[in-house]
Amino acid sequence: MQISMTVNGTEVTSEIEPRVLLVHYIREVLGLTGTHWGCDTSNCGTCVVLMDGQPVKSCTVLAAMAAGHDIRTVEGLATGGTLDPVQQGFMEEHGLQCGFCTPGMMLTARALLDKNPHPGDSEIRQAISGQICRCTGYATIVRSVQWAAAHPAGGAGEDTAAGDAVEGTDTALEDTAQDTEVKA
Amino acid sequence: MTVIHDRPSNPAAGDADRPIGYGRIQRKEDPRFVRGKGHYVDDIVLPGMLHGAILRAPVAHARLVSIDTTNALAHPKVVAVITGNDLLGLKLAWAPTLSADVQAVLVTDKVRFQGQEVAFVVAEDRYAARDALELIDVEYDVLPPLVDARKALDPDAPVIRDEIEGRTDNRIFDWEMGDKAATDAVFASADVVVGQEMVYPRVHPAPMETCGAVADFDAVSGKLTLYETTQAPHAHRTLFAIVAGIPEHKIRIVSPDIGGGFGNKVGIYPGYILAVVGSIVTGRPVKWVEDRSENLMSTSFARDYIMQGEIAATKEGKILALRTHVLADHGAFNATAQPTKNPAGFFSIFTGSYDLQAAHCSVTGVYTNKAPGGVAYACSFRVTEAVYLVERMVDVLARKLNMDPAELRLKNFIKPEQFPYANKTGWVYDSGNYEAAMRLSMQLAGYEDLRREQAEKRERGELMGIGVSFFTEVVGAGPRKHFDIVGLGMADGAELRVHPTGKAVVRLSVQSQGQGHETTFAQIVAEELGIPPEDIDIVHGDTDQTPFGLGTYGSRSTPVSGAAVALVARKVREKAKLIAGAMLETRPEDLEWEKGRWFVKGDPSAGKTIAEIAMGAHGTVALPEGVDGNLDAEVTYDPPNLTFPFGAYICVVDVDPGTGQVKVRRFIAVDDCGTRINPMIIEGQVHGGLTDGVGMALMEIIEFDEAGNCLGGSFMDYLIPTAMEVPDWETGFTVTPSPHHPIGAKGIGESATVGSPPAIVNAVVDALAPYGVTHMDMPCTPARVWAAMQGRARPPI
Repeated sequence: MQISMTVNGTEVTSEIEPRVLLVHYIREVLGLTGTHWGCDTSNCGTCVVLMDGQPVKSCTVLAAMAAGHDIRTVEGLATGGTLDPVQQGFMEEHGLQCGFCTPGMMLTARALLDKNPHPGDSEIRQAISGQICRCTGYATIVRSVQWAAAHPAGGAGEDTAAGDAVEGTDTALEDTAQDTEVKA
Repeated sequence: MTVIHDRPSNPAAGDADRPIGYGRIQRKEDPRFVRGKGHYVDDIVLPGMLHGAILRAPVAHARLVSIDTTNALAHPKVVAVITGNDLLGLKLAWAPTLSADVQAVLVTDKVRFQGQEVAFVVAEDRYAARDALELIDVEYDVLPPLVDARKALDPDAPVIRDEIEGRTDNRIFDWEMGDKAATDAVFASADVVVGQEMVYPRVHPAPMETCGAVADFDAVSGKLTLYETTQAPHAHRTLFAIVAGIPEHKIRIVSPDIGGGFGNKVGIYPGYILAVVGSIVTGRPVKWVEDRSENLMSTSFARDYIMQGEIAATKEGKILALRTHVLADHGAFNATAQPTKNPAGFFSIFTGSYDLQAAHCSVTGVYTNKAPGGVAYACSFRVTEAVYLVERMVDVLARKLNMDPAELRLKNFIKPEQFPYANKTGWVYDSGNYEAAMRLSMQLAGYEDLRREQAEKRERGELMGIGVSFFTEVVGAGPRKHFDIVGLGMADGAELRVHPTGKAVVRLSVQSQGQGHETTFAQIVAEELGIPPEDIDIVHGDTDQTPFGLGTYGSRSTPVSGAAVALVARKVREKAKLIAGAMLETRPEDLEWEKGRWFVKGDPSAGKTIAEIAMGAHGTVALPEGVDGNLDAEVTYDPPNLTFPFGAYICVVDVDPGTGQVKVRRFIAVDDCGTRINPMIIEGQVHGGLTDGVGMALMEIIEFDEAGNCLGGSFMDYLIPTAMEVPDWETGFTVTPSPHHPIGAKGIGESATVGSPPAIVNAVVDALAPYGVTHMDMPCTPARVWAAMQGRARPPI
């Protein structure tokens, strides 16, 4: 069957089997491998993308169901060469380790901040509660989203995609207010 | 010496004089991950690539009667179907495990666990491969399964490994450490002896990325390139050479970005081998990526220890001795990934952090009709089980003596002046200051206030629990002479090249699964050479591009490979000194080092930076005799001893008396991992491990029914903590450097996973004290806690 949808602002049209899952369509037909797959049961959320601005688990959405809708993946988070504040926040606050759940977490965070620009920690936890991270223990993800909330225009970081990370080293070298490590 | 303040080893952070090296800097790997540009195994697409899928056994124990692949082969998109019989012809039906056993790659004679690999389909696309699995007809003759490890050695137990000639039972090994007679003597004369059986249930590391591989065999050159989810690419290369008979120089293992490992990606799984066979058979690249149920049901589980613990003490609370016997369920094949001479891993460090007169442990390993594995889930080669045993036993003793569990621990710690400390089972702890960490943890928690709060709440019938645990880790194996895996000594290599313009590349034998090696290893070189971390590229995860070494597990990257990197940088620094001497026309011994440059003693203006020296080395400078024209070096590091990180954890829980629901309200973790390289990354490692602990203590378990059906085969059944089940972690730290590690670092990756479960269970048991509960086994689910409250606490297996 033929389907059309908007992905990261671009109209795409493809011939697919009706049974193809959205996650496989995004990854294997469109080649956008930033969306990951982690379980078959809608539990882990590593496949989360935004459909018309709402987080959906793309492993339980047929590509055909997304036809006519607006899909946004991690590849569409940065705009005009500038990182989304959420992306910057995850780097600032160590919101990721292995990086596998990160795209889904960031997209959920983006959807949350669009609705609620200044969420409390518990609202952030509630928002990501359908997603699993095995590395971070979630506290740094909460801090990352709060960093994004506090920097709606982003920080100093330009999108230097190929660059090494330590631009803004001065900031990174300082403890942040949320750093709970304690001096005795 | 222990330092208890922020960044004692970190003059770099925020100090204008030393703007590089250790300290909190952002991760170099993050820019690609936040853009969705990480590159994981399933992201790899090669020209002409096919997809593989595995048919798995629906039952736990059965004779394979027949297998008919006709219909599957007739599927228009199927290219090949491989069965056990095909592999017999290739001598690949059985593969050696990491524990001197063999494991079936595909079933030839008998199914030994539910989910075992039966056939492999190779097809044009992912969906077709799955479709074709349905077209394979298999007939099984079902046998009675052995599910309960406690019955494995019964005379009438089914013999699982009857393919081994002469085998009449399910015993894998008996192993012991310590002095049994001395221990028994101490027990015989002790004032107080208490015992407790405790079960550490079977759990699973369940990384977010499942296991997978893309195999690409080039029939012309004979070279196999295998992209694999592996934590140990070099060890895998050697083992593939042995298993598949492909010469080692014709094998390239590439471990790209890995979506979490936790020990799940150490072993060689049948799927990897089948992808290779599929590529050889079809002449095309073959991708195999397991689904979540396959990951949970067939790849390396963790724990599954039934432990009988006993502790002996004086009536004043001086702990004298510990002893234990363990029944270890290894599943259908002994495929644990651990040093050859340690069939129970490092469990013998079960004496923990206490100065004892005697200790003895014995472990019996048995086969059951369950998936193989056993050493995984950030367990530090079974230190997790050891720490759980001793920390629960100390709490059991505290209850018996009516003593505060923190005070009992403080009374019995190994003292700072006793290090290096030889324990009673053969370990020599390198350094420690346990009391300092414990007191800091109690201070951060407000321990006395918490106890007062608890007393008030008990008056009102509210169930609040405070749990304490103190752990000593043992990580960073080798030394080579003591520790090997299938004959490969546990050492690691590092190569460093400084380019003519002063930028550098470091090649590592270890492989990151999220630990941030590209950042921390660059920071180590930065600290040693004065080259900023952003000017240092880290290459890892490709056996064609990196030196040999045993890989990343058991928290060994920093203790072993981190040492190799520090030493290789120092080697370069010494070479730079010789070249600088030639450039400055002075004797090397007249030069002095400061952050990135050699200068003439007494004349700081006369000096050469590393970049200038690198250009000199590659340029036209007349080099001293015997000095090559480069600024490169390589090192293979064989650690003289392991390192022994430690920590003091306090957990506060509230239990709902109406439902048995446990809520972790606070968790205070004080860790000491020696010298700290990047505090942000260390904190992240701790947070992750604490979450593992909440998972194991409160919800995670792989159970089986009587027929051997796995009841934890999906994320709907195998529950993992979300952001709702964990608190905002409270961390602190002390710094007691390792005396033998070049930079004093000890490793941190598994500390919190090891240390947190007993703190949580101790807290739950403490909360249930008004009900007379003295022990309950994990997981402390509402139903199990409720049962304990009714006096019906039962082991989960």
